[in-house]
Amino acid sequence: MRKMIEGSRAVAEAVALCRPDVISAYPITPQTHIVEELSQIVADGELDAEYVLVESEHSAASVCLGAVAAGSRAYSATTSQGMLLMVEVLYNIAGMRLPMVITGVNRAISAPLNIWNDQQDTMAVRDTGWLQLYAEDNQECLDMHLQAYKISEDDRVLLPVMVCMDGFILTHTYESVDMPTQEQVDAFLPRYNPLYKLDPADPYTLGGYIGPEKYHEVRYTIHRDCLAAKEVVKEVARDFRAAFGRWAGDVIEAYQCDDAEVVFVAMGSVVGTLKEWVDRRRAAGEKVGVVKLRCYRPFPAEELVAALSRARRVIVLEKAVSMGGYGIVAAELRAALHGQANVPVTCAVAGLGGRDVTMGTVDEMYDRARAGEADFFADLRAEVLQES
Amino acid sequence: MSTQPFTYELSRGFLPGHRACAGCGQASAVRVVMEVVGPQCIVANATGCLEVFSTPHPESAWGVPWVHSLFENQAAVASGIEAALRKQGKLDQIRVLAFGGDGGTIDIGFGALSGMLERGHDVLYICWDNEAYMNTGVQRSGATPFAASTTTSPAGRASFGEDRPKKDLPAIAAAHGIPYVAVASMSYFADLRRKVKRALDIRGAKYLQVHVPCPPGWGYDEKDSMEVGRLAVECGLYPLVEWENGEVVRVRKIKKIPVEDYLKVQRRFRHLMRGEAGKAKIAEIQAVADANIKKYGLVD
Repeated sequence: MRKMIEGSRAVAEAVALCRPDVISAYPITPQTHIVEELSQIVADGELDAEYVLVESEHSAASVCLGAVAAGSRAYSATTSQGMLLMVEVLYNIAGMRLPMVITGVNRAISAPLNIWNDQQDTMAVRDTGWLQLYAEDNQECLDMHLQAYKISEDDRVLLPVMVCMDGFILTHTYESVDMPTQEQVDAFLPRYNPLYKLDPADPYTLGGYIGPEKYHEVRYTIHRDCLAAKEVVKEVARDFRAAFGRWAGDVIEAYQCDDAEVVFVAMGSVVGTLKEWVDRRRAAGEKVGVVKLRCYRPFPAEELVAALSRARRVIVLEKAVSMGGYGIVAAELRAALHGQANVPVTCAVAGLGGRDVTMGTVDEMYDRARAGEADFFADLRAEVLQES
Repeated sequence: MSTQPFTYELSRGFLPGHRACAGCGQASAVRVVMEVVGPQCIVANATGCLEVFSTPHPESAWGVPWVHSLFENQAAVASGIEAALRKQGKLDQIRVLAFGGDGGTIDIGFGALSGMLERGHDVLYICWDNEAYMNTGVQRSGATPFAASTTTSPAGRASFGEDRPKKDLPAIAAAHGIPYVAVASMSYFADLRRKVKRALDIRGAKYLQVHVPCPPGWGYDEKDSMEVGRLAVECGLYPLVEWENGEVVRVRKIKKIPVEDYLKVQRRFRHLMRGEAGKAKIAEIQAVADANIKKYGLVD
């Protein structure tokens, strides 16, 4: 059913359709509308779930960990400082191979305090063993949540999934979305049936310590299975099309790339801006395109190489930065292209702390990249730099 | 002497063969507690001695489902397990327990514990209190008693060791208004058993703190754990008190021996046993015991 709703509401309804048994979250802007809506859905008796109101994000993630270990489906949502407070638990959930879904609302990190959008928070947890999917719009975000549980709980994966959505830009924006029915979701996503759980009838010890003789291999298997999960992401995308009658995407989406000489790569809502920019430049006869990196973990290196190897230049628009290092996606992309294709990759950091990425910003990136600049912050304002 | 082999049932929960130190007060207390709890339980355990000595992969001393996540989140993990069992309709048949040492409970896990108590989860939280970070080598915790020497609060020419009083977590737990809080000691098995039974009879959040002497951490002979634990209780430094709904309902009466009898058998207080300054510190510790005796009416 199509309806015009806020992104947060769309996510809350999609999560409810997945029938989580246990929800635990701690309020933090701009994640709040999601957890408020879910609270209301539970309060209205529309979802039979235990909603555990905790004293911190660390505990929210830990409650979910316990619930999944006990054999239930769990959900949480957080952003920014909350995501950072969770980090230790995020590693633990992935390390213990406990499937669950968290909505990672994308927001800037302190200091300075800033509640607006960028992607520094979820990029900071990219090494945890969680799969990460980045949504361009609210329909995609809704669809990703349905896919996320199916991917996470697949016996070949058994790793948690983070659905990343840009704070305010998606969470607080009303868009028309196609909301599936409970019957459709039930048919697509069966009840969670864990291989192992905490059960007195069949007692397991979970989370014991392991010395140097085996730890190395255990961590390798997490990495190996995270990489291999790429095929499950694709398979679930096909299942999704069969179940809901629309293609919601798998690991990347190439837009106008077939003959493109300059291709942007980006994640999240800014891809919509880039598509608009590409349309305008194409109308003026320029061969430009954009690749949406939909699944960032596992990193779809082969798919990116295939999509980008014919380009003359690639520009990665990054809403995060590795301080003292530079662009994170650009670095990984350069590594993926190494020995495969001789395409220069420019890293353009933009949009930190909610700074608008406008057509003008994209023009600047395009011009500077074509002039040969490798790494830069776009839209740096001289008067502000002088002040600070 | 009988040579009949000593057999343990799997249902005892906590099995022999683990790697605890000889004389470990915690291992003895855990065994007693698990005998009372029985097989129908799930344990969420903090990082610490108990976790390390009972679960070196691929070994496990646990005959019941057991999970270790992190150092400070066992109360939250137990909350999640409880919520899942509630949703599954199994909370009537399965008891949820959370275990932490004094560091994992009183210091780093304090926020998560307070959250669990305030939310009223049907969980029995047990703090095994050996009064320092023993797993990492006897560093000072919030539960380290006044004037004890640890590796991070060492006695020295300019210091008599820990300079702050022990954090009173049972009273803080009781202030949450939860149905049951109790302090027990590994040296009083019958009392410990009764308190675990009492806690399991009550639905809601329960906090039990068990004093567990530590031979290497406190510095006494391994065979003396029971005796050292007794001295702590009988001098008034470790009052065995029970609270229900925030009110003190029972205390274990003591013999009231001088605190020096307890202090002098441990290396961590050895620096107090010489000179006038040491005597003055012992007098301060006696004042702590006397205040406990008065506050809880430990002596008739």
